[in-house]
Amino acid sequence: MTPTLIVAQILNGVQLGLMLFLLAAGLTLIFGIMDMINLAHGSLYMIGAYLTATVTSATGSFFLGVGAAIIGTALIGMALEMSVLRQLYKRDHLSQVLATFGIILIVNEIVRMIWGAQPVLLNAPEVLSGPVEIVPGFRYPAFRLFLIGVGIAVALLLFFIVNRTRVGMWVRAGASNREMAQAMGVRIKLLFTLIFGLGAALCAVAGALLGPILSVQVGMGESILILAFVVIVIGGIGSIKGALIGALLVGIVDTAGRALLPLILRDLLGRDAATNIGGALASVLIYLLMALVLFWKPEGLFPARS
Amino acid sequence: MTALLEVRGLEAAYGASQVLFGVDLSIDSGQVVGLLGRNGMGKTTTIRTILGLLPARGGEIRFCGDRLNGKPPESIARMGVAVVPEGRQIFPNLTVRENLIAFAANRAAVPDPWTLDKVYALFPPLAARERNLGSRLSGGEQQMLAIGRALMTNPQLLILDEATEGLAPLLREEIWRCLSRLKAAGQTILVVDKYVERLIALADAHTILVRGQVAWRGSSEALSADRTLWSRYLGV
Repeated sequence: MTPTLIVAQILNGVQLGLMLFLLAAGLTLIFGIMDMINLAHGSLYMIGAYLTATVTSATGSFFLGVGAAIIGTALIGMALEMSVLRQLYKRDHLSQVLATFGIILIVNEIVRMIWGAQPVLLNAPEVLSGPVEIVPGFRYPAFRLFLIGVGIAVALLLFFIVNRTRVGMWVRAGASNREMAQAMGVRIKLLFTLIFGLGAALCAVAGALLGPILSVQVGMGESILILAFVVIVIGGIGSIKGALIGALLVGIVDTAGRALLPLILRDLLGRDAATNIGGALASVLIYLLMALVLFWKPEGLFPARS
Repeated sequence: MTALLEVRGLEAAYGASQVLFGVDLSIDSGQVVGLLGRNGMGKTTTIRTILGLLPARGGEIRFCGDRLNGKPPESIARMGVAVVPEGRQIFPNLTVRENLIAFAANRAAVPDPWTLDKVYALFPPLAARERNLGSRLSGGEQQMLAIGRALMTNPQLLILDEATEGLAPLLREEIWRCLSRLKAAGQTILVVDKYVERLIALADAHTILVRGQVAWRGSSEALSADRTLWSRYLGV
């Protein structure tokens, strides 16, 4: 286990964490303000990735693809909110889970009809395809660095919107006391639609950027959605700050655990046992983390309601 | 002239249990009206229904001549109704300053509107705690903030629900002084409170609710003169 390996794994963890943050930010706002469990959030992530792949292959420009995906996914998200999801706010969580699970199935089927069952090709742009030498002797993929940069930029933008603008104040007010925010004149329906659009746009960014690393395929949204839910539960529902801290924790623990745990255990247990046990243990690490956080802070690290 | 707020035969219910059975209430522009009654008689329910937080099952609410029935709370707020709610309900995750500026508006284009500086001048303790989160304030400061927050929308009608509840006597007096200053400035106010003497000194007219119906309405002089009303309807 060399220092460069550890640094590389931590960078990988930060990168996964920032991408998770993009998903979790929208999810936590929707859950926190509208008290709405939206399983279809992962579908928007998938749509974002597919739109990026399609526009990228049509125009030859990855960045054009990302831009188009952000706009397209935001519009689809807002249309989904205005048509279906709006009807679900007053229902209980079970109805919301059932209905949005239905949306997952429908969207998966539509995507399969349009793009087929095979994964779609989405490559990192040419300029970012190679590795970069950060310090002499330590090389790290340029595209992954780009992901970290974009993740930080989007996080800063989001923090600016939430903490420095009036819309952000309404969002926070709505997350802590929706009824009172309405009584103060906040047009909650419009705000909800905007938040949904913003959440969908963030999904598209994550889908576009993770597409070249993971795989653009039907069902890609479901696996990452689970992680995003773990993030918002750890961070505290409704809190952007909580989503960021939670996402970085989950990203680093998950990535570092998978890479380093087998190596650590090898010295104790021998190679074969370490690979088996280490792998199994690594995949439950984030749930252990969640259980620990909830034991000490049942409302998550930064609860929006107090 | 027509009343600013005109409530006629208002009925409201929580689920199957009806709470209001035909409440009438009228407030003229510039008037201060007290809404009185023991606990559970429907005062807060009346306010919640006016604000659109609870649907009216019957009757009619008119504000500046417009029908409020069925309108969402945000529309009613934007028409010029602001509330200082029971329990204050300031936003704990917003700073004092944010609580004040987030909803600031002057939709009725009042010539001399409330500003941050004017609210701070009215309640100096808020200026000192400008950057603190709402959750860090004392009860009295929260109450000042709740009033300031409502004033910043420059409302045509200000509704206060138990604004002095749970405050130390000195702070209570501070709130009453503030309300009489608002009245002197021409603010229309609907006040729910338990301190009848103070309310008589402040308000022009009063409505007493008993089990969701109006038991008595009249002027401050009439309420002040007839002590049997106090013992019969208010338990004081």
